[in-house]
Amino acid sequence: MVISTYYAGLFADVGILMLGALSVYIILSTGQLSLGNGAFMGIGAYLASWLTVVAGLPLTLALVIAAIVAGVIGIVVGFPALRLKGIYLAMATLGFGEMVRSFFLNFSAMGGSEGFHGMPHVSTGTIWAWAAGVLLLVMILENSQVWLEMRAVRDDETAAGLVGLDTTVIKVGAFGFGAAVAAIAGGLFAHHHVYIEPGNFSFERSIDFVLAVILGGSTVAPGALVGAVLLVMLPEYLRVLADWRFAAFGALLIGMLLVRRQGLVDRALLRLSFLRRAMGAAT
Amino acid sequence: MTTPLLKLDCVTKVFGGIHALTDLSLEVAPRQIVGVIGPNGAGKTTTFNVITGAYRASSGEVTLDGRTITAEPPHQIARAGISRTFQNIRLFADMTVWEHLLVAQPHTGSMLHRLLPPRLANPQALKRAQEVLEFFELTDVRDRPARSLPYGLQRKVEMARAVTARPKLLLLDEPVAGMNHDEAETIRRLMLKLRQEEGLSILLIEHDMAFVMNLCDYLYVLDFGVMIAEGRPDAVRANPKVLDAYLGQAA
Repeated sequence: MVISTYYAGLFADVGILMLGALSVYIILSTGQLSLGNGAFMGIGAYLASWLTVVAGLPLTLALVIAAIVAGVIGIVVGFPALRLKGIYLAMATLGFGEMVRSFFLNFSAMGGSEGFHGMPHVSTGTIWAWAAGVLLLVMILENSQVWLEMRAVRDDETAAGLVGLDTTVIKVGAFGFGAAVAAIAGGLFAHHHVYIEPGNFSFERSIDFVLAVILGGSTVAPGALVGAVLLVMLPEYLRVLADWRFAAFGALLIGMLLVRRQGLVDRALLRLSFLRRAMGAAT
Repeated sequence: MTTPLLKLDCVTKVFGGIHALTDLSLEVAPRQIVGVIGPNGAGKTTTFNVITGAYRASSGEVTLDGRTITAEPPHQIARAGISRTFQNIRLFADMTVWEHLLVAQPHTGSMLHRLLPPRLANPQALKRAQEVLEFFELTDVRDRPARSLPYGLQRKVEMARAVTARPKLLLLDEPVAGMNHDEAETIRRLMLKLRQEEGLSILLIEHDMAFVMNLCDYLYVLDFGVMIAEGRPDAVRANPKVLDAYLGQAA
């Protein structure tokens, strides 16, 4: 069976949104909320597009370079920004996002407000190869010593410092890693839609990433996948409600926060499903 | 006298015009167990916060093993060999007992090393964590979330976390607060054993006088940020100034 172009498009959206959600999840794992990851996505989108269209590089190389550059920008921005905590950091990242958006709006070399096009089209399969690869990488890293340190910083930054953890390096490092993942999402987005404009990387985009994490699960990486699927598919399934579907979606979100603050998937649920699979294999 | 492990020299800490500590000097010798006592608000926890780098002293100097640590950030001071516990227990909310012991290990490997799981990143750390787990009799609750444990065990987890990195000096902020006599006795026994087996020095704050008198080699008495007495426990107990400022309150 051949899936329709429409569903293939949705499928690609899920993969890109999942990468964006992962970028928020990585930063959130050190207890920092970033509302500016749409900007890192934008940086990745514009840089990768320039690299393939103007510099003529293959997409894979363009994505890797975009990720590295965005990661470095994330670290540079992260140093001053991460001196702020909680809501103040969220506001600072929001400000950074708007700054980047208006930069691209005025950046005529890349089309300014008219946008930029001419990128080679990337298939849904390639998007998912990247998405799955990054998800797998994050899931492997979740078992590492450094991730344990990130969780310590999230749980109690003061206590983490007093057991010898350099909390600044850990937080800034996570911020840079998150920015790199957002840039990959951006590069794939640009080459999937083959047209980008500054409005693609606005505040709403950053909020989508955060929503996916909150909905899917903010304590485990697969939460980003589940959240992205829900965020893209739910409005589709709620289509029967016509004009009310976004209201219904909002109500679902509030309900989720009330009954399950950690999001749909958490460590306990993952363990349960592994257990069931193991038992299924045994019988 | 041997050179002190920890030395505070005329440390003053001012918060917006209020002197929380005034010209405080104290010493802890290697393998010594020293107590800091005094009424609430005397500046005991402030002293700990200055030593561990959470606060920076307004004036004066803190040295560890002869090295000045007054202006260093908390993680550097921790790596230099000072660990602490908190008056109101501060555990990592979402971690098991075992994870607490793994995360508090000294940082030997490179950044690349730390991208590996703990068992590959630092095999010695696992051995050490197991040793500490057994020492504090926490083997049965190894994989339980630390926050779900009863109060007394949470205290032990916090101490275990502090000891894992093999510190030279352990700071305990009211280690037996809220514990009954038997539990406090267990802690006292463990502290003595730690000193004997690992050569650890301990500086502790405690209101439980029986515990302090039975455990400490030397005492400092603070009142309103000023040291009003010091000496061996029996001498401090008999000091009229101390009776007046502190013990006198209870009598």
